[in-house]
Amino acid sequence: MTGLFELLGLGASAELLSLSGWGGNLLRGLANSLQIAFGAFGLGLVIGLFGAYGKLYGGKVTRDLLAIYTTVIRAVPELVLILILYYVGSDIINKISEAMGGGRVEINGVAAGIWVLGVVQGAYATEVLRGAIQAVPVGQIEAAKSYGMPAFMIMRRVTIPAMMSFAVPGLANLWLIATKDTALLAVVGFNELTLETRQAASSTRAYFTFFLAAGFLYLMVTLCSGAVFARIEKWARRGQPSLKGGTS
Amino acid sequence: MDSAAATASALETDTRREAIRVEDLHKSFGNLEVLKGVDLTAQQGDVVAIIGGSGSGKSTMLRCINFLETPSSGKIVIGGEEVAMRGDGSPANQRQIERIRTKLAMVFQQFNLWTHRTLLENVIEVPVHVLKVPKAKAIARALELLNRVGLGGKEDTYPAYLSGGQQQRAAIARALAVDPSAMLFDEPTSALDPELVGEVLTVIRDLAAEGRTMLLVTHEMKFAREVANHVVYLYQGRIEEQGPPAEVFGNPQSERLKQFLSSVA
Ligand SMILES: Nc1ncnc2c1ncn2[C@@H]1O[C@H](COP(=O)(O)OP(=O)(O)O)[C@@H](O)[C@H]1O
Ligand SMILES: [Mg+2]
Repeated sequence: MTGLFELLGLGASAELLSLSGWGGNLLRGLANSLQIAFGAFGLGLVIGLFGAYGKLYGGKVTRDLLAIYTTVIRAVPELVLILILYYVGSDIINKISEAMGGGRVEINGVAAGIWVLGVVQGAYATEVLRGAIQAVPVGQIEAAKSYGMPAFMIMRRVTIPAMMSFAVPGLANLWLIATKDTALLAVVGFNELTLETRQAASSTRAYFTFFLAAGFLYLMVTLCSGAVFARIEKWARRGQPSLKGGTS
Repeated sequence: MDSAAATASALETDTRREAIRVEDLHKSFGNLEVLKGVDLTAQQGDVVAIIGGSGSGKSTMLRCINFLETPSSGKIVIGGEEVAMRGDGSPANQRQIERIRTKLAMVFQQFNLWTHRTLLENVIEVPVHVLKVPKAKAIARALELLNRVGLGGKEDTYPAYLSGGQQQRAAIARALAVDPSAMLFDEPTSALDPELVGEVLTVIRDLAAEGRTMLLVTHEMKFAREVANHVVYLYQGRIEEQGPPAEVFGNPQSERLKQFLSSVA
């Protein structure tokens, strides 16, 4: 048993991955990745909600601007967008800072990551939420109107809860994309999971061990997210008989 | 209500307070003029049945009264208060229209219960969130109303798990929960299987008997004759004939109404 263990190099791997070794770095990278994914997903939701309402009910100018936003963001590869948004963003901040007489600003990596990925997520969330809002039967909203609900209350009490069941599958996808897009931030030198893994791997030459470990961590994130979203979807679908029939 | 009483109540209009008045109401959808000048008054306690062929503008008229549709022109007065309208017919004061809507409870052909809320949640939604009634009080009242429409014990059920007749009765409970000064029914039984129509009509009949003001668009002629004290026949966006049910159904004057009545009989 021990022999086999040794043969596969698992002992060495375990030592490399121990928390005091490179494993701690990987977990820190994961924490950073999740933090950014979470922030970007949240920012994307906020942008998406405004974007969806703007596209559906906004004036001509609002709708045109939103159309440009969603088209451009969805057309350009994410890696390119990240480079553009990151460098343009930090450039603008520095220009402003200089104009106001300050020096160069140290850009906070997490904030930058959230902003860059959030803008990307917002474009997709706009479309997911717009579709979901449109899928809400018009009678649901008319009933709310006819009983004197003001517009904002209708959005909060009727439209958003009623659209959730249509939106959750799309939003779950967006969340998973957010967790994986954090890997792209490695190109701007951000210490998320992928960059940490690469550093650990090249320092120790144990490529296989570290990339397998990183892959495992990403898989865990996906599995946990799946479980969470399954619960959210069940909650969002409350009141709707399941297609399978039977209990649930 | 027998026909003599119906005639009497139609005549004593001025002594009671007026609930709904519509004057010279016009409504076009693009080039299609759907309402071509409708005048209608309902006093408190009146049950006005609105009949007419499909596409004659019945729903549009009802929906203009609470501004679910924006009238093209005309005047709408609810409980003595005129709704302020802009030149294009849209409400000039959104607050006013929201306040007035809380007094006009609408019951839809397709029920339109909020599907993500249980029956109890549906019934307390407007009292709690719009009318700011304390929640405990709203719940007690809602349970009473659900009981009254024969849905006692169903308060925690979601609408999709109920029959159409049950959903419509729940929708009526939701309407009653706002303590409306008038109720607007738009073909409340048209989406129901025939065997479920009766249970909904029974509830509406009770409401008429307790003196609720209502405008009732319906294809149930027998029912209209029985519960209404005033019947309006709409034809292509105009009121072709109106009067007490005994007159309108028993002795129709216009050819079109005669034809309509024989076609639905
Ligand atoms: N939102 C709308 N847009 C365009 N036309 C409409 C709309 N709503 C109703 N109409 C038209 O107005 C006419 C009257 O409709 P409606 O009031 O629903 O009739 P009824 O309820 O008497 O059957 C119909 O010809 C219908 O097609
Ligand atoms: Mg209709």
